[in-house]
Amino acid sequence: MKNIAGAIVPLGAAFLAFLFGAVMILALGANPIDGLAAMIDGAFGTGDRLAATAVRATPLLLVGAGITIAFRANVINIGGEGQIIAGALLSTAVALAIPDTPKIVLLPLVIVAGLVGGGVWGAIPGVLKAYASVNEILSTIMLNIVAIQLMNYLLRGPMIDPIEVGGSNIPQTERLTDNAALPTLIDGTRLHLGVPIAIVAAIIVYIILWRTPLGFRLRAVGHNPDAARAAGISVKKNIVTALGLSGALSGLAGVVLVFGSESLRLVTDGGAAGFTGSAGFNGIVAALFGALHPLWTIPSSFLFGSLLTGATELQRELQIPNSLAIALNGLIVMFVVSSGRARNWLNARLDRGTGFDTGADS
Amino acid sequence: MSDFFTLSVITATLATAIRFSVPYLLGALGETIGQRSGVLNLGVDGIMLLGAFGAYYTVLETDSHMLGIAVGIGVGLLMGVVYAVVTVYLQAEQGISGIGIFLFGLGFSDLLFQELVGTPKPIKPLPKLDQLPGVGGLFEPLAEIDYLGPLLFDHNLLTYLAFLLVPVVTWVLMKTTFGMNIRSVGENPQAADSLGVSVVRTRFFAILIGCSFAGLAGATLSLQLAIFQHNLTNGIGFIAVALVYFGAWQPRWVMAGALLYGLVTATRLKWQSLNIIPQNASDVAAMAPAIITILALVLLASRVRGPAALTKPFERH
Repeated sequence: MKNIAGAIVPLGAAFLAFLFGAVMILALGANPIDGLAAMIDGAFGTGDRLAATAVRATPLLLVGAGITIAFRANVINIGGEGQIIAGALLSTAVALAIPDTPKIVLLPLVIVAGLVGGGVWGAIPGVLKAYASVNEILSTIMLNIVAIQLMNYLLRGPMIDPIEVGGSNIPQTERLTDNAALPTLIDGTRLHLGVPIAIVAAIIVYIILWRTPLGFRLRAVGHNPDAARAAGISVKKNIVTALGLSGALSGLAGVVLVFGSESLRLVTDGGAAGFTGSAGFNGIVAALFGALHPLWTIPSSFLFGSLLTGATELQRELQIPNSLAIALNGLIVMFVVSSGRARNWLNARLDRGTGFDTGADS
Repeated sequence: MSDFFTLSVITATLATAIRFSVPYLLGALGETIGQRSGVLNLGVDGIMLLGAFGAYYTVLETDSHMLGIAVGIGVGLLMGVVYAVVTVYLQAEQGISGIGIFLFGLGFSDLLFQELVGTPKPIKPLPKLDQLPGVGGLFEPLAEIDYLGPLLFDHNLLTYLAFLLVPVVTWVLMKTTFGMNIRSVGENPQAADSLGVSVVRTRFFAILIGCSFAGLAGATLSLQLAIFQHNLTNGIGFIAVALVYFGAWQPRWVMAGALLYGLVTATRLKWQSLNIIPQNASDVAAMAPAIITILALVLLASRVRGPAALTKPFERH
């Protein structure tokens, strides 16, 4: 029965957030029904828009799938932004270094570089937590700052497009080789290989977490570290693994953002969001909304991707600033995390008479 | 480099550093109060953004700094109520709820800015001590003292207020009943509860005060810069949270951390403007405080213990 409560609660949270969105649209002098129609049209209206939504959802899904690993192991990864950047930087460096390598070799290399870059950037806070008791929330935040400045440094220096030097000095790389571009799957749309890669990644995460000894250990550490330790599981190693895997998936999101982009280059506006689109944070939202389950994170990411593309259309048609989507994401997070009490209450109502306590989810 | 090492340039840089450190200091002082009561708030950056916009927009419309500051604090209080309800009454996971507050503040402040203002319009700058109406003349001779004047007597009132709040917060936390209650519910809420201290009410007020500090921190930022733009804080609120750990939950060490961030920022901008270092070297310098913070956390983690009940919701048994 708990699955019913598990589904009602996030949907209720989304409903409340959309209610707030409707009130905001009303307050901004537009009709919420028109607003909803514009958003749906913007997100799903044409095949091209549907593809754009899927592309927009991809980094959220990758980050979100990684978040499920970290959170299941009871470590909080706020470092998605930095890990995306680290993955993007390393994979871009590979593409810049060996541009003439055939696609069949270069593309896998670029993907691996992204996984490694993000993985290392994620493993560092893991090591700091496991071996120096540094709170991972703080270290991931600090490493976000370091990654942003590293990106700014590299894109204004060693990795800058030679044409920009002495000219307009835009901090960006040259257009990267087509040999590293994620191939388009349907001509005329933006749908690229990154989309199925992300879906497969989420499925692999599911398999790892629930069908392998590694996943068992990660969840055991997350569920009860003392019991895990007593059973001979190394809590420290698994903390590093959880954050490393989580970071690797965010790093892959960085690859998708660079090598799936139309401009096919890495460019910075000085902050993180200009490049990541805040995917490092929005991915957390998608994962939470997907009940921290990698498979549920797939539709959940798609939903939040559609919120983002829909908001773009909302701005174009009704002049409602698209930052409404980010504000709504924030509200959804708060509603979802506040709903534990509502969930418990609902569970109690649903289970009345059975006598079983189903409060704990595994 | 020789351009930099003149006494006047160094004092000017230090004076800028003091001004830059104020939003960090206010945000981190507020967070210290909240964390001492056992509640982590990662949403400081979002509250700062809302406070910054509220203050900016109020000054844009009314030309009154006092009103702008009041609105900044008010916005912080309002978000404090939301955060307190979410974390204290509904017992939500604090790290994640804070991210929710951050995203809401990031999106909502930009929404309001685009809707109400559109393109960045500068506002009236904050008056410095010697420019205050009426009493400004009294401070003029002080501000004109060589080197010491610009360093100590040439700031706006918010700067003095922020540094004054350091001993005030210390005193409240260490010497008053309310402060003792805050510390006790942050250390051992069960024991505090059994002694008749209301954990819920104490945490509620600690969060309200902390968030009003965050609102004021945002107001200070936009009023000092006399501008607002999308994501104006650019992560200052997150650093403020880290400074609390960096400062081992002690206001004076939190202040030291805030000054460090101000100093690094002021120095690298000064070096950049004097063409001592190219911009991308300035990017490297900007990593320094984050790396120093991580190293400090590594060194402190085994030596300093935070509030024992930090991030743990209270449930009466």
